[in-house]
Formats: sequence, C-alpha cells, structure tokens
Amino acid sequence: MGRYVLRRMLQLVPVFIGATFLIYVLVWALPGDPFAAKCGDRPCPDAYITAMRERFNLDDSVFVQYGKYLLGLLQGDFGETFSGIQVSELIANAYPVTLKLALVALVIEAVIGLTAGVVTGLRPGGYLDNLVLVSTLFLIAIPVFVTGFVLQVTLGLRWGIIDPTVSAQADFSELIVPGFVLGSLSMAYVTRLARTSISENRRSDYVRTAVAKGLRPRRVVGVHLLRNSAIPVITFLGVDLGALMGGAIVTEGIFNIRGIGGLVYRSILTKEGATVTGVVVLLVIVYLLMNLLVDVLYAVLDPRIRYD
Amino acid sequence: MTDPQALGVAGPAAEVSHPTEGARRGGPDRPRSLASDAWHDLRRRPLFLVSMTLIVVLLVLAAFPGLFTSADPNAGLLARSRQPPSAQAWFGYDLLGRDVYARTVYGTRVSIIVGLLATTFTVLIGATMGILAGFYGGWVDGMLSRVADVFFGLPFVLGAIVVLSTFRESVGGAAGITTLVVLTMSALSWPVAMRIMRSAAIAARQQDYVRAARGLGASPFRVIWRHMLPNCLAPVLVYATIALGAFIGAEATLSFLGIGLRDPVVSWGVMISEARDYIRVSPYLLAFPAAFLAVTVLAFVMLGDAVREAFDPKGR
Amino acid sequence: MRSRRVATWLAVSTTVVVTAGACGGSGDGAGGSGSDRSDATISIYVTEPENPLVPGNSTEAGGGRVLEALFTGLVEYDPRTGEPRNAVAESIETTDSKIYTITLNDGWTFHDGTPVTAKSFADAWNYTAYSPNGQQSASFFTQIQGFDQVNTQDPDGSDGPQQAPQPAAKEMSGLKVIDDRTLEVTLAEPFSVFPTQLGYSAFAPLPEAFFADQAAFEANPIGNGPFRFVSRQPSVNILVERYENYAGAVKPSVRAVEMRVYASSEAAYQDVVAGNLDFMEVIPPSALAGRLFETDLPGRSASETYLGIQTVSFPVYDPRFQNPDLRKAISMAIDREAVNQQIFDGLKPPADGYVAPGVPGRVPNQCGELCTHQPERAKQMFDATGFQGPIELTSNVDAGNQEWMQAVCTTISNALARECNFVPVPAFGEFRTAINAHEMTAIYRSGWVADYPSIENFLNPQYRTGGSSNDGLYSNPAVDATLAQADAAPSVEQGNALYQEAERMALADMPAIPVYFQSVQSGWSERLDNVIVDPFRRLDLFSVTVS
Repeated sequence: MGRYVLRRMLQLVPVFIGATFLIYVLVWALPGDPFAAKCGDRPCPDAYITAMRERFNLDDSVFVQYGKYLLGLLQGDFGETFSGIQVSELIANAYPVTLKLALVALVIEAVIGLTAGVVTGLRPGGYLDNLVLVSTLFLIAIPVFVTGFVLQVTLGLRWGIIDPTVSAQADFSELIVPGFVLGSLSMAYVTRLARTSISENRRSDYVRTAVAKGLRPRRVVGVHLLRNSAIPVITFLGVDLGALMGGAIVTEGIFNIRGIGGLVYRSILTKEGATVTGVVVLLVIVYLLMNLLVDVLYAVLDPRIRYD
Repeated sequence: MTDPQALGVAGPAAEVSHPTEGARRGGPDRPRSLASDAWHDLRRRPLFLVSMTLIVVLLVLAAFPGLFTSADPNAGLLARSRQPPSAQAWFGYDLLGRDVYARTVYGTRVSIIVGLLATTFTVLIGATMGILAGFYGGWVDGMLSRVADVFFGLPFVLGAIVVLSTFRESVGGAAGITTLVVLTMSALSWPVAMRIMRSAAIAARQQDYVRAARGLGASPFRVIWRHMLPNCLAPVLVYATIALGAFIGAEATLSFLGIGLRDPVVSWGVMISEARDYIRVSPYLLAFPAAFLAVTVLAFVMLGDAVREAFDPKGR
Repeated sequence: MRSRRVATWLAVSTTVVVTAGACGGSGDGAGGSGSDRSDATISIYVTEPENPLVPGNSTEAGGGRVLEALFTGLVEYDPRTGEPRNAVAESIETTDSKIYTITLNDGWTFHDGTPVTAKSFADAWNYTAYSPNGQQSASFFTQIQGFDQVNTQDPDGSDGPQQAPQPAAKEMSGLKVIDDRTLEVTLAEPFSVFPTQLGYSAFAPLPEAFFADQAAFEANPIGNGPFRFVSRQPSVNILVERYENYAGAVKPSVRAVEMRVYASSEAAYQDVVAGNLDFMEVIPPSALAGRLFETDLPGRSASETYLGIQTVSFPVYDPRFQNPDLRKAISMAIDREAVNQQIFDGLKPPADGYVAPGVPGRVPNQCGELCTHQPERAKQMFDATGFQGPIELTSNVDAGNQEWMQAVCTTISNALARECNFVPVPAFGEFRTAINAHEMTAIYRSGWVADYPSIENFLNPQYRTGGSSNDGLYSNPAVDATLAQADAAPSVEQGNALYQEAERMALADMPAIPVYFQSVQSGWSERLDNVIVDPFRRLDLFSVTVS
C-alpha cells in the first residue's frame, strides 16, 4: 500500500505538466483578442495593444509563452492579471472560500443522500421510496438558479433567517444554504446510487447470515451492509468534490461568494490565461489527491481489493 | 455470489430457489442466456411497461411534432409577449410572442437527441475506459486514470467555448451544431462514468467467479464482457439515467453562454435559459419545459431501474 | 484576517480624522461649510476594475467609478444638467477656439499634500499621449498641436510584424506651461468643444509620485479629488474616504465610500432590497421585468435616460449593405415602440436621432419618419433592393442584449417577410476583435456612451471618415465638411447648429440604425437621502446624505 501511494504521488508530475499545458493552450485558442475589448465601445490604440502584448508575452508562439509561464510558476510566480493584480493573491483569497463551500455541500449531500438512499434501499417500492423518487426528479428538473433564487428570497428577504448574500470572510454558518443549493443535483445521484447499492446487497449471503445470527438490524445495516455498499457512493462523492470546487459559478453568483468558480468564468471570458491556468492547475492537484484518497478508501472498505 | 455462466449450468448454484425456475428454461436442458431471461422478466414488470409507454410517447412527440400542434414554434409577435396560458395557447406565449406549447413540443426532438446521445457516448467512452482500467490495473490503470484526472480539471465552460467556437463555422446547420454540442458534452463528462465503472470493476475483479473464469482460461474479453460487465452495470446505469436529465440542463448552460444551440433550433434547454430573467413575473415560461424534462428523466430512471433489476444476477 | 486588518486601519484612520477635525477647526480654504457632513460610510456597487487605476489608462466603468472619486479635472459637469463648469480651472479663455489660456485656482493639492500646478496637467497629458507608454486614452489628445510628434502609428496595425517608429518628441509642442497657475494649449485646428472635453478622466492631473514610481502609484493612487484612496481587496471592495483638504466648492457629505464588487448584479440587487448595499447604479434585467424594482424598492429607485444610445450598425464595407435604401428599409421595419413596451416594460425610449436626450446641443426627432415603424413602405423599399438571403443581427451576449436583439429581429422579419436570425457571440472580446478588424458580415450592435456631454461626441467619433469609432467605415464628404465647420465654429451655439445639420445628413444615409436611448434604473437603500444620479449614471457623492 505504501509503495502504491508513492507511485501515485510520483504520477503527479506528468499530470501537472500535461494539465498546465492543455489549459494554457485552450485559453490561448479562445477566439478574440483580450485587449480589443478593454476600451469600451471604441477600438484601443495600437500602441496600447502592442505594449500590453509585449508585457504578457502574447507575441511569442504558444510554446514559448507556456515555457515562460512554467518557469515563473516553478519559482512561485503565478503571474499577474491584465489589471496588474497578482494571480497568487486572487487564488489565495478565492480558494479557501470555495473549499469551505464545497465541503459544506459535500457533507450536506452525503448525509441527506445516504440517509434517504439507505432508508429507501431497505424498503424499495414503498410509499417513502416513491416520495424520494419524486423529490429526486424535482431536484434534477429544476435548474440550480431557480433553487438558489427561491431559497435566497424566501429565507433571506421574506423571513430574514439568513443574509441574502455571503460576506467576504464566508464563515461556515453562512455557507449552509448555498451549500444545500450547490449540492442539490448531486443529492439526487447519491440517493439513487446508495439506494441501488443497498437494495442489491441486502439479499446477499453475509446479510442473511448476520440476521440469522441474531444481530440487531441496526448493526447489520450499519456495520455490514453499509460498508459493502459504500464503494460506488464514495466514488461519486470523491468525483463530486472536484466538480463542486470547479463548477459553482451559478451558486457563487447568486449568493455573492467570491470563489474560484466565478473567478475562472470571468477570466475565461476575458482570456486571462495566467489566472485560468493557475486556478485549474491547483484544482487538478486537488483531484489527484482526492482520487488517491478514494482509492485508498476502497482498500479500507473492502479487504479483498488489492492494488499490488 | 455465483454466476450462472461460469458454472455452465442454468439457474443459480444454491441460495434462492426461484419458484418458476423450471418454467424458465427455453426447452429441455437448454440454458437461457442472461439477456433472454431478463427480457422475459422485464415484460412482466409494471415499472418497465409504464416507462416504455412514456418513452414511446416522447419519441412520437419527437418524430412527429406536427401531429400535436399546428403553431409555428419560431413565429413571434411582440404584441403577444408574455401572455399567460389561455384557450388559444395552452402554455401561453414567451417573451417574443412565440407559442410555448409549440416550442415545447418541437423542442422534444432536439432535447431527447441531445440527452440520449450525450449520455450514450459518455457511458460508452467512460465505461470502456473504466472497465479496462479496473480489470488490468497496473500501468494501464495508472495511465487511463491520469488522463481522466487531466480531463476532470478542465473547466466545462472553457472546453465548451474553445471547441464550439473553433468548429462552429466548419459544421454549420442545425444537425452539425447539435452533433458538436453532443460530442463536446461527452468529451468533457466521460471521466465521471469512468471512475464509477472503474470502482465497480476493481471490486468485481477480486471476486471468486472472476478468478474462476480466468483460472479456466477465459480470454480477457470474455471475462470482461460476460462476467464483470453485468455485475458492474448497476451504478453506471443509475448514473446514466440521471445524467440524461443533467445533460439536457447542461445544454441550457451552453445556450445561456451563446455557444450552444441557437435560433431557429429550439430545445428545452434553450427555453429554460431564456426563462431565467422572468421567473418572478412569468414562471410558466420555466415550468413547462422543466415539467417535460422531469417526465423524461422519470421515464428513463424507471426504465433504468427495471433493466438493472432484470439484468442483476444477484437478484435471483 | 484581512478584514480585521482593514477594520483596524479604518478605525485608526477614523480616529485620526475625527480628532484632527475636532482639534483643527475648519482647516480649509474655499468656502465649503458642508452643513450635513456626516461620519457615515456608504456602499455602492461597482464592477471590478479591469485596468490599473491610472486615469489615462482606464476607460471602462469599474475603474472609472474609482478614479472619478479620486480625481477632479479642470472642468466638472453639473450632476443635474450635465453642463460643464470650472473646477480646478479658474478660467479658460480663448479668442479663436484654437489657443486656450487656462488659469488654475489656488489651493488645490494632491492627497499627498503636493500642490496641483499647470505642470501636473502638462506632464500627465504628455505621458498619456506619448505612444511608447501605451496608454488607452492617448487618442483624446489628437487635437493638440504636436500630437503627431509624440504619438506614431504602427504602419501595419498591432497584428503586423512592423513596429511603430520611435516618436520624435516626448512633449507636445502645443502644451506650454507659462507658470505654476497658467497653462496654454494650442490646438492643431480650432475646436470649440475643447473646454467641455476637459472634464473627461483622461485630462486629469498626476502628482510627481506617479512619475517617480508608477507601480506604487497603481497600488495606491494619489489624486486631487474629493476622496482619497484607502485600500483595495481584489474582487471584494475598494475603500475611499473624504479628503479633508479638498479645494472644491462643495465637499462630500459622507465620510467614506465602500465600492463593493459583487459576483453578480443579481446578488447586489438582493442586498439593496435587504438594505445591506446602499446604491446600485444599474438594476439587473431580472428585476426590470414587469417593473418589479418599483415594488421591491418603493420610493428608492429612479429611472432616467443618460448619455447613451443603442444602435445597430451596418458593415458599410460589405457590398451587400452599401445601398442606403436597404438600410433605411430595415430601419423602418423595426417596431421600436413594441420592443420598448414588451421587452423593456417601457423603460427605454425609442431613439429618434443619433444624440441622447439631455445632451447639450441635442434637438429631438432628427430622424423623422425613417425611425418610425412603417412596415408597408419598408417592405416595398426592401424588395426593390433585391437583397438575397436572411437578415442577420449579431451581438455579444455576456452582458445581456440577447432578448432585445431577438425582438428587433422578430419585428424585422414580420414586416419584411424575410427570415431574420440573431447570431450570439459569447464574449465581448471576440465581438470587438471582429469589429476592429472590419470583418463583420452581419448587422451588429453598437452602443455608445458619451465621454463628455456634447452633441459633438455622438457624431465625430462614429460618422466622420476615419473617426475613432467609425467601425463600419462609413464615409460621406458632405458630412465630414459640415463636421469640420462645426468644430471650427466661433461659439458653442453656432457649432451645435452645424452639428445638428451633420446629424440630419448622416441619418439620411442611415449607416447605423438608432434603436433606443439607454436608460439607467438605479436603486438605493433606505439610509440614503438626496439621491441624484448624474448623466454618467453615477451617484452624486457631494449631495447624498445618510439619514
């Protein structure tokens, strides 16, 4: 297991290089000139465009540009935005907020999803099962911007339970409602994955043996059934953490959360290559570590799984 | 958990004895394949029948929209802007005065095509990579997983804008753009399916029946196709049926950005993105396409459930 | 952690300011007694500045708001009428509209205490105009004599391999510093609107500190305006506070302004409704639908036109669009009133000319019948031109615009019985790149917000041959001649009459179709009183009070 973990950590390097290069090239390939739009409804003077292009190496070929960027990155310099702000400062401000939001969303979706999934998995076809199925459909069909807006207006403006927007520090307590909104679609996935897994495994030998042995139902479910059914759910949760971190644009917009979702989105539209690459590279590293953790968890949950 | 095929005999080895077991054989001493077993099972499940009915209705709606409405989905008249549902227009009129019912009906074709095709490609690519990674392990797993990790990191918006903006001119036409949208969404979403399938495959690889099959000298293809796949299908099927709805919604995001389907193509995604600023004043603009979306997802979820239970060897 | 640091800073500076104010008496020269000067901080919504905070290099709205609070120019504009009046300048005199003698007022200082002199202006203007410095606002100095010596053109554009030659001089010959309080400006051609232009941010003065260390200045801008820079947190806010030694006639009544950046304008709107944000200059479309903002913000919202117009322009360089009858036909096919009522709930009045209402020099209804809905005549004219294929309209959609352009398309296709398609472009950058390169193949959206309140600014940049915003490459020698005459007119009134004539002549050709006059809907919290929104959509920070 130790060797396995080490191997995985070493694989970080090629992925890091591959990801940075791919993202950098993609941003470079975005249509349009970033400096054409800086002057409102009039074209910018040629002198300005030339000066800015030189400053940001945009006249070099994409490989040279990438090389210079990578060199800077390895020295800890993430570059700067076109308005002169250090990208590292932007990332340092936005990442913790997004991380907090993603964790809150993950916990909410895991708790609610697993509970609903376990309960309906144990009793498929019942009244509760159909109720949960209908709620799942609602969550899938209603777009995130509606859920967010409705909750913001009802809880924030009408009933005054929460502030309609999140402050710049973004404490955990402020992030509960946004986390719920963000995790609402994934909740549907988790519920159904758990339900399927549980209903499949509840007819297996070891469950019947455990019941026959006279174990209390709670122990049967909690210790034996859950552990064996958890693998697809854990996989999805691991995948989802990454998705939550990178894709919360709509939720961030509604609740004014200054996270990386909005940062990346705005930077893509204004073609700020340094920002996009810097943020995404860190994201990829998070995925790598997350997936490693999930893979190790498989081995913990199911002793039959081996990697060597 | 034993697999009928591995032991070459019909019916499971021990545990549960199915009451109609004897009647299930195709003939004297001829074992039925898993597929025909499943089909016989499916035919009798109400879940399957209801979902198939819904899907058939949707497919008819998609293929022959003219049967259900005579209005032109793209004919706008500003004087009718945002009129609520009435006898002339069951679903009311949208911002530009177009008939919402007609747009919903005509939108079925594109939405279902986009949803179905995107899900199919995603699952095909993802499941293939996942099961190969799970089965072989070692450096194959390492390489495929790392490729998936890189794709994971790719922001959906970035990939979508680059691909769609670059190739938009060369394909042109509604069919071309739809294909491009489908391929883009699949290319950016397959890692999830891959990881789910991989996790199931890793667990299945260690099972006795797989070891037995390999011990008996079965080729990797046979092991994967006949033994591992039926047991790993469940979580991927669950993911796929929900992903269908998510893809139709993702198409709305692309329309919102201006890179997805555009006029005169109409889809539920386009309708949902256009309704965004008017949910407070004209909520029905959002409600109707969302309701159709919900029904479509319901049909496929039920279908997925029924198929999964029918194909599940553990359920006997 | 960061906000605690900011809060500490704020608390310390507040204490200092209050103590100084208490101990030091009134402590300022020119008149302003400011009876309602309070200790309050108000918050306004801004977009994140896209450029460094240098007045000569920041033409977009986000940075503009910050710089307008930090700098005061020779001339400022009345918040109600938009008429220019002297600020730092005591007098601007000319006999021939070519040589201007500008005398500065006494007592103006920068926020670091250094005096504002004629040299501060001359150095700033020379720096911005000098092309190797690559400043965005360089083209505002074209009229000054000697500009072509400090600003050279790239022979093949910024894309080509050739580079612009090094300019011969670093200072414009037309700028002469006579003494500390006197500046003499000589223009290359007579231009009567020059004094009005001087209020634009490109003409702001710069302290010595800017030339000593530009990077430090960008992190901490030092201006001469009513507010001084305190701190900035990227993507969060920018804090400015009242400058106690401000030499202007009126001082702001609020002590500090927090310019808050939001992740979306919808979130900002919710905060205004809840009272957490004090002022928002542009209410988002989701709250404009059905005029919801008027019920959400009773008595604390306003809707008025400002110095902006929305048009759709023809790429006149494309042979398909070179027939003026075609352009006029399409203009008459648009049902502007229906678009205004159905899409904008009556909030954006249909345009009847090229100049926005409230602009000095404007007269209404210059366009006449050509800007009204005449479906039969339009169809006749259109069919006579033999135009083939569908009509295409295009715009960027990252800032709205999709709905009204689709509605315009709908009215066109209904009137002309020809298919009309809207082609969205995802990003403004991509949109402008194609326009700048003169590669448009469809009719494109072209909004215009004036830099200073004058009819001249709505005509010269767009409809003169070679104008800085004449993207469609429209060229009419008669219009050019009339505009030149207007520029050289001996007085503003005579100039305006000639500009009006040029406007009518251009409208007869219809290189761009006026669609609607931009209007701004602003909202504010219950705390604010005396809210005036000036013609630039800004909250007037001098008169607003906090209850």
